[in-house]
Amino acid sequence: MISGRCAACKYLRRRCPSHCIFSPYFPPNDPQRFACVHRIYGASNVGKMLLKLPPHLRAQTADTLYMEAKCRIQDPVYGCVGIISHLHQQIRIAESQLAKTQAEIAVFNSIAREAQVQEIEADSNFFKNLLPEEITAAGLRSYGYGSPSTQTFKFN
Amino acid sequence: MGGSSPCASCKLLRRRCAKDCVFAPYFPPDDPHKFAIVHKVFGASNVSKMLLELPIYQRADAVSSLVYEANARVRDPVYGCVGAISYLQNQVSQLQMQLAMAQAEILCIQMQQEPNLPTQIDQDEKSLLLSSNFNNNIPQYLGFASSSTVIQDPLKRESLWT
Repeated sequence: MISGRCAACKYLRRRCPSHCIFSPYFPPNDPQRFACVHRIYGASNVGKMLLKLPPHLRAQTADTLYMEAKCRIQDPVYGCVGIISHLHQQIRIAESQLAKTQAEIAVFNSIAREAQVQEIEADSNFFKNLLPEEITAAGLRSYGYGSPSTQTFKFN
Repeated sequence: MGGSSPCASCKLLRRRCAKDCVFAPYFPPDDPHKFAIVHKVFGASNVSKMLLELPIYQRADAVSSLVYEANARVRDPVYGCVGAISYLQNQVSQLQMQLAMAQAEILCIQMQQEPNLPTQIDQDEKSLLLSSNFNNNIPQYLGFASSSTVIQDPLKRESLWT
């Protein structure tokens, strides 16, 4: 029967046997797929690679072989390796930018901490310079000490 | 016959190494493994056709990339180089996300230090800053949009050529 041949057997102009290694992964409605793979790897090599693997891994293998073959056809010099190289470069750039941004954050945080310390010291000096009688109950109330009264507090 | 020994490919294929052998400049006899692995994955005939289609000055790089891909396929018969691409895309994605978060944090700090602006930035505003900063501009090679084919042992970063 001529009809029902997989794309590989159609391409190779042969009968498609019932246990054809290619037919589950190279359906007749996508002839381009097998043509790509055949051009780069050859039918025999693809068949050998698929046969070496357990059936549950063959679909993924056929997909990745097709992807790599497509890459190689689009870029006959570098193929997939061109993409890998480009991704390494993107990683280097992103790492460098990240390090720079994290350094900027560290500087900002350091400036903020320094400002906080100075503020605390300024408050502390303010209280040290006040005379005891200037610290009234009303003033202390604002800091949460005692109830409204005319009492004064003495500090040593 | 001249005194030069046949190239690695002609040795493996057991044939006479012609003076204009297409393989000879790239597969010296002292490295038989290099041709063996390329022949195993691609086949000598396919490699020869690929090299003949290229100008001479590009053939060395083409051979290097073929060797690299062949090694990747032998190491990982299911995913080959595609596994490494998937892993690296994931890495780029994560780094860009970290970068976007760091940039959003700087914006928050700068806004908090700006006296005319409110000092408190709530979570919703932070999320908005984060989502507007995070720009996933990685080209999706080979249709990879997820980590479904990620492998944990990628090819080494710095030594792309053997």
